[in-house]
Amino acid sequence: MLYPITPTHYLVLGAALLAIGTIGVLARRNIVIILMAIELILNAVNINLIAFSHHLGQVHGQVFAIFVITVAVAEAAVGLGILIALFRNRETVQADEINLLKW
Amino acid sequence: MNFLELVWLIPLFPLAGAVLMLLLGRWLDPQGPSEVAVAPGVTTQAATQPPDGRHGTRHARGSRVSISLLCPGTVLISLIFSIGAVAQLASLPERSYQVIKFTWVAGLPFFTQSGAQARFAADWGFLLDPLSSVMVLVVTGVGFLIHVYSIGYMGHEGGYYRFFGYMNLFVFFMLMLVLANNYLLMFVGWEGVGLCSYLLIGFYFHRKSAADAGKKAFVVNRIGDAGFIMGMLLMFSVFGSVRFADVNAALAGGRFPAETAGLGVLTAIALLLFLGATGKSAQFPLYTWLPDAMEGPTPVSALIHAATMVTAGVYMVARSHLLFRLTPEASAIVAAIGAFTAILSASIALVQNDIKRVLAYSTVSQLGYMFMACGVGAYWVAIFHLYTHAFFKALLFLGSGSVIHALGGEQDMRRMGGLKDKIPITYWTMVIGALAISGIPGLAGFFSKDEILWQIYSSPQGSRFVYGVALLTAGMTAFYMWRLIYMTFHGAPRADRHTLAHVHESPPVMTVPLVVLAAGSVLAGWIGVPRLWAFVPDSFRLFEHWLAPAVSLAGPAHAAEHPHDAATEWLLMAISVGIALAGIAVARHFYVTRPERAAALRQAAGPLYTTLVNKWYVDEIYDFLFVNGLGKSGGSALARFDNRIVDGGVNGAGWITRLASVLSIWWDTWIVDGAVRLTSFLVKAASFPVRILHTGSVQAYALVIVLGAAVVFAWYLMR
Repeated sequence: MLYPITPTHYLVLGAALLAIGTIGVLARRNIVIILMAIELILNAVNINLIAFSHHLGQVHGQVFAIFVITVAVAEAAVGLGILIALFRNRETVQADEINLLKW
Repeated sequence: MNFLELVWLIPLFPLAGAVLMLLLGRWLDPQGPSEVAVAPGVTTQAATQPPDGRHGTRHARGSRVSISLLCPGTVLISLIFSIGAVAQLASLPERSYQVIKFTWVAGLPFFTQSGAQARFAADWGFLLDPLSSVMVLVVTGVGFLIHVYSIGYMGHEGGYYRFFGYMNLFVFFMLMLVLANNYLLMFVGWEGVGLCSYLLIGFYFHRKSAADAGKKAFVVNRIGDAGFIMGMLLMFSVFGSVRFADVNAALAGGRFPAETAGLGVLTAIALLLFLGATGKSAQFPLYTWLPDAMEGPTPVSALIHAATMVTAGVYMVARSHLLFRLTPEASAIVAAIGAFTAILSASIALVQNDIKRVLAYSTVSQLGYMFMACGVGAYWVAIFHLYTHAFFKALLFLGSGSVIHALGGEQDMRRMGGLKDKIPITYWTMVIGALAISGIPGLAGFFSKDEILWQIYSSPQGSRFVYGVALLTAGMTAFYMWRLIYMTFHGAPRADRHTLAHVHESPPVMTVPLVVLAAGSVLAGWIGVPRLWAFVPDSFRLFEHWLAPAVSLAGPAHAAEHPHDAATEWLLMAISVGIALAGIAVARHFYVTRPERAAALRQAAGPLYTTLVNKWYVDEIYDFLFVNGLGKSGGSALARFDNRIVDGGVNGAGWITRLASVLSIWWDTWIVDGAVRLTSFLVKAASFPVRILHTGSVQAYALVIVLGAAVVFAWYLMR
């Protein structure tokens, strides 16, 4: 039987994505994966925005999602740039090996 | 060309030569910087061959020509400028020309003894007057001839450029000495000639005796120079100036504090200046350096230690004649010292066997004559004798150099003899020199020496006793000089066969100066003919007319100064000539006619002879009193003082400083550093619990942020 897709479904999906992304950011060691996990978090937010936009019958949320995508692209570009510079210096992309800022 | 205005250039030509030689000479000399200096005349293989083969092949042999032309050339140019300047000086009515180039020393003002404000100042100024003109001509003229002679004499020796550099430097300083217009600049020349004398006496510096002799000359001269400096400063404190013109004007005008006259400060100044003169002009008690100075090359002995430098003292006394005229006690001491030195050194010369030492003692003796003349107030006669002496003594020294050259370095007259026909030019020129110094009428020495004797006899300051001493000295002079001639040139040859085979007359570059000086020794006196010879025209008294007014008290009273007793003067002249001839005859008797008697006389004289050979033991006495007594004993006393008191003070100060530094270190370590370390320790301790959170791991931070957000969120939900 077919259930209508309610905002609750969207929110659950968003929450799942947020959880996966958060765990990815915290648990994975490869910075490339960490960046991908950050994208997941952002997209979880996007799904929430779109869901509420649809639910409320307004386009504000969709416009805001476009903004988030734009910012995410810029963030990815800057993040990968930093990553390459880091790799050239340290020859590693493992986050736990980059721990200069300790006591 | 106005030579008078260019008088300041005269010393600069030899200076240029000296600078060129001493800076660049080693590249002009084919033997390069080799310091192979060998004894005179010893032309060993090592000396004639350049030690560095590369040098020898790159430069052709004989490119020493550049040095040989340049160095005497600079003196020749100075001579030409001097002649020009003196000729133009003669046409000036005041007969005195002063050029002041710039103020050389400018001191702070202060008050002199007479209460006037003065400023110690000295010009770089030059004064040409009759007195300095005579000296300039003697220095450049005789200096030029000796430079030419040196080309031949030093030709085979190492350090050729060094020799000529020093010689040119000497001429520069000597010209500064005689041309200076103040005592301080004169002192510059005075010290400079002393330096050159030191350098040239020690020219063969690898020989210890030569190095020692140079040192001795320098040290003994220092004693005199100290007197000169003190006299000069005392003079400044009285007159407020050291310029000749100012001092003489003050003295002539009586512008000095009355209490300084008589046996006061003026006498002290005169005696201190004379102390300087005894050092430079080798008078008792400071004469001992001059005989030792014969270690230098013979041209040096001729130029510096006979003709020019040693006469600087006479020049200085004549330059200060007004001062000495005002201090009769000082003048009396000058005359006494002169007389004593003259007879002392003449007596030593009687028995010396080293040809150059005889001449050295003779020089000391003749300088004594000059001081006798100064002491009795006959300054122009002293300068006249200085001028004639420059000719015949330079001639005798250069002649002895020629003999030494011919014998390959032999200086002992006991190993000479019989050289008359082998080196005739040297022989005849030396005979002329010996005749001149003996005082045979017609030759230069006669005119000056006879005038001195007459002045000593007739001057109000003279005395019969001094006259007797001078006369005896004259006889001794004739004896030792002819003893030298007879031992060197007459009799059987006593040199060994090898040396005799190589005896040769010197090259023309050496004999021509000898001939010129011999001509000078004959003719030089004819410009100072005695007034007694009324049959000679007055133009033959040029020297007296030229110089006497300059070194006399102003005024025409001079002519009336000596009431002429013609008969007495003729008699004295006959006596002095007679005693000279007697001296020659005695010498001939002992060394030619009856040589065996000389040995007998030596036996008979016994202790006296030994004393004379040992030069009255003056050197030994000085060694005992000063070198060992004052020098070594005093030195060890000073060393004790130095070790205990001075060093003790220094060490004590060091100990206290070290103690203070130990305390300071403690304070620094525990208090100052402690405070700093305590601060940092406190900060560190306080931060300890916090800093363990800083793991450096970004993900750990992120986890904390997430957990924190979760806690806030949970709190928000459960509220």
